[in-house]
Amino acid sequence: MQASFAPKERSGGVVGWFVTNIGRILISVFVPFVTFLVLWRGFIFLRDSQAPQLVIVVVAIIWGVGGVALLYLASNWVIEQLPQAWTRRLQPFVFVGPAIAILFWYLAIPTIRTLLLSFQDETSTTFTGIENYVFALTDRVMLEAFRNNLLWMIVGTFFCVSLGLLIAVLADRSRFETIYKAIIFMPMAISFVGAGVIWKFIYTYKGEGTGIAEIGLLNAIVLALGGKSQPWLLIPPWNNLFLIVIMIWLQTGYAMVIISSAIKGIQSELLEAARVDGANEIRIFFSIIIPSIKGTLITVTTTILIFSLKLFDIVRVMTGGNNGTNVIANEFYLQRFTYGHTGRASAIAIILLIAVIPIMVYNLRQFRERKAF
Amino acid sequence: MSAKTGFKRQKLFSSLLVNGVLAVICLIWIIPALGVFITSFRNSENLFRSGWWTVFPHRMYVETGEIKLDKSVDVNGIISIEGINTTFEELRNGVMLPDGRKLTWYGNKRTRLIKVSELKWQGFETSLTLKNYRDVLTGKEISFKDGSGQEIIRKGNNLGGAFLNSLAVTIPSTIIPILIAAFAAYGFAWLNFPGRKLFFTIVVALLVVPLQIALVPILQDYTRLNLNGTFLAMWMAHTGFGLPLAVYLLFNYISSLPRDLLESAFIDGASNFTIFTSLILPLSIPALASFAIFQFLWVWNDYLVALVFLGDKARVVTYALASIVGEKGQDWHLLTAGAFVSMILPLTVFFALQRYFVRGLLAGSVKG
Repeated sequence: MQASFAPKERSGGVVGWFVTNIGRILISVFVPFVTFLVLWRGFIFLRDSQAPQLVIVVVAIIWGVGGVALLYLASNWVIEQLPQAWTRRLQPFVFVGPAIAILFWYLAIPTIRTLLLSFQDETSTTFTGIENYVFALTDRVMLEAFRNNLLWMIVGTFFCVSLGLLIAVLADRSRFETIYKAIIFMPMAISFVGAGVIWKFIYTYKGEGTGIAEIGLLNAIVLALGGKSQPWLLIPPWNNLFLIVIMIWLQTGYAMVIISSAIKGIQSELLEAARVDGANEIRIFFSIIIPSIKGTLITVTTTILIFSLKLFDIVRVMTGGNNGTNVIANEFYLQRFTYGHTGRASAIAIILLIAVIPIMVYNLRQFRERKAF
Repeated sequence: MSAKTGFKRQKLFSSLLVNGVLAVICLIWIIPALGVFITSFRNSENLFRSGWWTVFPHRMYVETGEIKLDKSVDVNGIISIEGINTTFEELRNGVMLPDGRKLTWYGNKRTRLIKVSELKWQGFETSLTLKNYRDVLTGKEISFKDGSGQEIIRKGNNLGGAFLNSLAVTIPSTIIPILIAAFAAYGFAWLNFPGRKLFFTIVVALLVVPLQIALVPILQDYTRLNLNGTFLAMWMAHTGFGLPLAVYLLFNYISSLPRDLLESAFIDGASNFTIFTSLILPLSIPALASFAIFQFLWVWNDYLVALVFLGDKARVVTYALASIVGEKGQDWHLLTAGAFVSMILPLTVFFALQRYFVRGLLAGSVKG
């Protein structure tokens, strides 16, 4: 296709030149137009069609993936029809442009828009100054959410990282390393909703009465040990800890994998030398392993800290934030989608953003130091 | 000699200790999921009556006979039976006989019926079934029995349909950002244009931005464009939220490819587009795979984005599962089967491609 429209300056006179160029312009307009039309028809079909679900799903996948590929093909083709100097100047934007546009639409500009919204009232019609921030930082509900988030961040992160470290160090000395690691890592593939169901079943409570057997594992264990069964998720503030256990179950695998690969990176000569010198394993752990993987430990800790700051699904599914288990991200959701207060929700989102700014700065500094550019 | 055996013994001991501790931790890790897995195959009547661990051989009280009390016995006073003296209240809670048998009063005082049971070994539970899976997958009417044997009829949760919706959301939401990010990474790595450094700095800065920041404004846009509840809205949102990490990972990989490779291709007269599609993309497959698994798991398991932009119009599995929890929180036969339906695909992908996933994790550990 490209060959037939390629420059033919040498052949033909003025008329030939004219026809070629008009043709090129027409084609350049025509190709994007057809591309657009095809995509638009696809969209309308998907939106309005009553076809069986399987058909819609297959069409949607082909349309979505194919559409993006087609857009790149078409726009690159148009650019390559231009004079070479222009091609060279514009082609980078064919490559980078879509990504930049999407990043601006979905992340960069929304940050500013959310900031503006956070100074407005619930319907975003009048500016109310810092009222939403006053709410976000002083309201009883918010303070409770902050307290719980702090609990998540301290307890959750501590156990994730220390268990991850323990397992990584121990597994390094075992022949069955891969099996152990695969088991601990497995929950990473499970959704928070799925994990919520799994643990809700552990905590389930049927109550007292004759002929009722507890089917939740935790209550069964408590009963077998001679205790009384409890509605675990209804007892503040302990219910927070029962929820945090779910996060530990999910995220320890992440910490373990990252730490484990850092441990594997320690020079074996170093460890051998220490052993020859008669250092015991505990000494080696504290004087060699820990200092060598300090950077990794910090990265893992910050990642899990951010993760527990933004945590939403577990609380949403398990308790809905009731009985003293609310967290910031859930309050964000409640404010926007249950109470319809856009301003307050935006203020909460901005607070989440401010909390991660140190990490953003750190990333940028690392990036500049690497001099990748 | 003795020093050597001592050393050997110490080594054996430490190996036992290491494996013992790990085995215990792994057991704790596996039991929650195992419980749900086993429960999902039990028939609903049994499942509400006894814990999932009872499918394994265990000892329990089995009814071996019954005693009808004579009319002359005063049920409000002391009751003499099987050689012991007891009361109605005690019998109601169960009385142990010296020979290990247990007596339990059945029903209220007027029944005058006492059941005798004995502790006996039970084998594996054999009445396992796939009915729970059928029930949770269908959207048609289903019926099941609760713990007291009562028949309950209700509409199914159509998790089968939700599974298809999840596929429709996840596959494009995985491939589109890869495509866009690969183009961008190539542009950042090998092409020169004004603002190159500034734009990439923005990509790095956006790596840790919490997506809550974008939900409110994007929802406004979607409402204006009438995009709420469409797959397109989900693809775009997941592309937007996944793109910083994708560009970052792929840039790191593509920019480390040897420069000579591209220069010789240029000399041969290949255009950027040809070099990208026929040289760079095939070479970048490990990096593409790493991100693909990452994004696939993230999108499949996502709940928040689906809740906000898709909602009830096209339920994905996480949404459908969460609504079973919300609406019928005690329907454990449906919940457990549903949980496994939602997990089966990510677990398969995860174990099949774990190597790439770990590589992606290591490369992208800066992401928040």
